[in-house]
Amino acid sequence: MRLIESRATLVLTYALLALLLVVTLFPIALLVINSVKPAAQIVQNPLAWPEAFRWDNFTRAWTDARFGQTMLNSAVLSGLTIVLVCTTGSLTAYVLARRKIKSWKIITFYLLATTTAPIQLFLFPLYFGFAKLGLINNAVAVSVVYTAVWSPFAVMLLRTYFLAVPKELEEAALIDGASHWQVFTKVMLPIVSPGILTVALIIGLYSWNEFLIATTFLQRADTTTAIVSFFLLSGQYSSDWGEIMAAALIVVLPVIILFILLQRRFIEGMAGGSVKG
Amino acid sequence: MHRFYVVPTLVINVAIILVPALLTVALAFFRWDGINMPVFIGMGNFQALWADRVFWTALTNNIIWTLLFLTVPIGIGLLAATLLLVARRGSMFFQVIYFLPMIIATAILARIWQGMIYSPVSGVNGMLQRMGFPTLDPLTQPSTALLGIATVDLWHWWGFLCVIFFAALRQVPQEQIEAARIEGASFWQMMRYVLLPGIRPTITLMMIMTVIWSFLVFDFVYILTQGGPAFSSEVLSTLAYRSAFYDLAVGKAAAVAVVISIFGLIATAFYIREQAREFDR
Repeated sequence: MRLIESRATLVLTYALLALLLVVTLFPIALLVINSVKPAAQIVQNPLAWPEAFRWDNFTRAWTDARFGQTMLNSAVLSGLTIVLVCTTGSLTAYVLARRKIKSWKIITFYLLATTTAPIQLFLFPLYFGFAKLGLINNAVAVSVVYTAVWSPFAVMLLRTYFLAVPKELEEAALIDGASHWQVFTKVMLPIVSPGILTVALIIGLYSWNEFLIATTFLQRADTTTAIVSFFLLSGQYSSDWGEIMAAALIVVLPVIILFILLQRRFIEGMAGGSVKG
Repeated sequence: MHRFYVVPTLVINVAIILVPALLTVALAFFRWDGINMPVFIGMGNFQALWADRVFWTALTNNIIWTLLFLTVPIGIGLLAATLLLVARRGSMFFQVIYFLPMIIATAILARIWQGMIYSPVSGVNGMLQRMGFPTLDPLTQPSTALLGIATVDLWHWWGFLCVIFFAALRQVPQEQIEAARIEGASFWQMMRYVLLPGIRPTITLMMIMTVIWSFLVFDFVYILTQGGPAFSSEVLSTLAYRSAFYDLAVGKAAAVAVVISIFGLIATAFYIREQAREFDR
């Protein structure tokens, strides 16, 4: 479909799109070029191409932000959250999509309502409760918090995948004598596995990037996440922006690579979960 | 049997969100430092907030934020989405780039803007100053701090809206567009009478979500200014956080959280009503 044939309009359209492209990429380009520059040259001109490549920005960032430890913490936390969200979420999404129980509507609306609850509404009692139970600095406890916060999103997204599965498939399996549990694990799960992969990716991204809950619940140096250790580094050594940008790039790089490889999945998942309901 | 399938999700959700949320509502009527026994003070926390200048600044800032985000990013997102519709070729490429800031952690985006753009020492801003331009670091001025933060959030946010609007625009029935074309509709007429009405449900939903999200905004404010200078960029969520963990006034923090939730609740009611239509289909 072409809305307009005029050549001038088309040129103007691409010019505007390109302008937006530059605006979007400008700060990200600054991140990349300044990550290899010595602090003195950044102060001189943050826009200039690096004169000498300071690769040691990365090694210093790695040691100062203790990424060896904190990236591992982030990976463990993300992994735990992915497993928890995908297992509990797919069970719930199946039941809600197929309206297997009478209260499906109430549960759906309850879950929708919690997606809009401000974190501050439950953060304070949760923090002091966890402190009393000795659950501060505990990755499993934080992954449970993440699961509570993001599983409604996952349920709504997976629900649309379950809806797309033809009912006859389920009925046929039941007639063949499969139990409900077998229908779910052997018939439904394999079909909706692309949806589960999307959810896993997005939940992984969210937990890798999350700041407020991580900074509140994971305070001890050996339990904190990469984002929090980056935040602390950039507060402490605020003069060496080369090192800070290098640290930022280290944390962002795995995310960007995954995004480039699986762009469609990321975009459809993030956009779909909040719109389609 | 299927009843048990929803148990894990519900148990986790109720234990982490619902129960603590109800406790927060209760705590709003107590004075509590997080350590000693809470003391019941009735409406005391709310009265204190009513008299607190910072609370009103924060509430005003949240409202400014909401109005800003209801217009600017939705406008840019719609514009870009229609441009993509006109251009067609390369639309996936543009979408991926516009979406890119959404996948980068807020803490990192905040530091890039702070150090590489706004900073009078290491940023583009400092370079402009040395070249003789009278630019200021917006984050250090009480009158511009909130706008400085909002710019960063806007910059990382509009691409998300663009992608959503573009997806919706492509769902507008082809026959309507063809019919309008045969009738000789101009581009603006096409927008006004065919495309925008066609994606109205999506725009409405995004506006409702914008209101909800605007009252939740935390990361960028907390990292860029901590609500300063002189509380000029404070929003309700940072006020609540600071009250609880820095001033150990947990009751006051709970009261602020309740205020945030009241605003959120109104928007949430609309949100659920919109979504309910979807479920009934």
